[in-house]
Amino acid sequence: MSLTSTMNDSTQIVTVNAERIDAAIAIQFKEDMRSETESGASRVILDLSEVKFIDSSGLGAIVAAMKQLGASRKLDLAGLTPMVDKVFRLTRMDTVFDLYASLNDATAVGNT
Amino acid sequence: MVDSFACTFLATELDARSGICSVVEQLRVMGLPEAHANDVQIVLAEAVNNVVEHAYASDLPGDVRIRCNLNKKQLWINIHDDGGPLPEGKLPAGNPIDLSVPTEELPEGGFGWFLIRELTSEIQYIRKDGNNQLSLCFEISTAGI
Repeated sequence: MSLTSTMNDSTQIVTVNAERIDAAIAIQFKEDMRSETESGASRVILDLSEVKFIDSSGLGAIVAAMKQLGASRKLDLAGLTPMVDKVFRLTRMDTVFDLYASLNDATAVGNT
Repeated sequence: MVDSFACTFLATELDARSGICSVVEQLRVMGLPEAHANDVQIVLAEAVNNVVEHAYASDLPGDVRIRCNLNKKQLWINIHDDGGPLPEGKLPAGNPIDLSVPTEELPEGGFGWFLIRELTSEIQYIRKDGNNQLSLCFEISTAGI
């Protein structure tokens, strides 16, 4: 697994380069997110379009990533594939995060 | 007609990942519809992760033994391990997690049993001779898929 990111203005786009965010990489994901988002962008968009599967450990790691950003910064999720989307909706985590069907949808909101 | 198969892997996170993927792949080969395969993968991952993280938490990782029986109406998945029993020796309630809390108090876990209960039609748990035997049932409908 790796994370890559791009910055523009006050938004950072972090792309997850992995097919799974599961128990085997949840802790690594959380730590990588911490170092990747150190730059301090006020909005972080997590691009999940390559992720085909997430379990509750992975879900917990994304919650942890949001919490470690602190109250003044926001984590939005984009490009959820069907199984990832289903896990977020079943656990009602879709009420905690703003979910966008695609990265374009997510960045369009920031430009308005 | 009933198709069945069994497999065993070691209760480590990486062996669990490949074990879960191979069980789901085998079920697809046996004709499990894709929509069900997704639910099965979610449930299997949660159940096997529980074995890895809790049942064998205080021991060296032992075996996770999985047996699947698929017919036209139901899929049963049996998961056996030699680890510690479930808390109080019974199935957790798996209630929905309360998310109406401040952000810093949001839970980072505890979703597993809720997902398992939400996506299965029946669950049985037997603790016997130092083994855990968890049986998970999925109703299979090919209509509308």
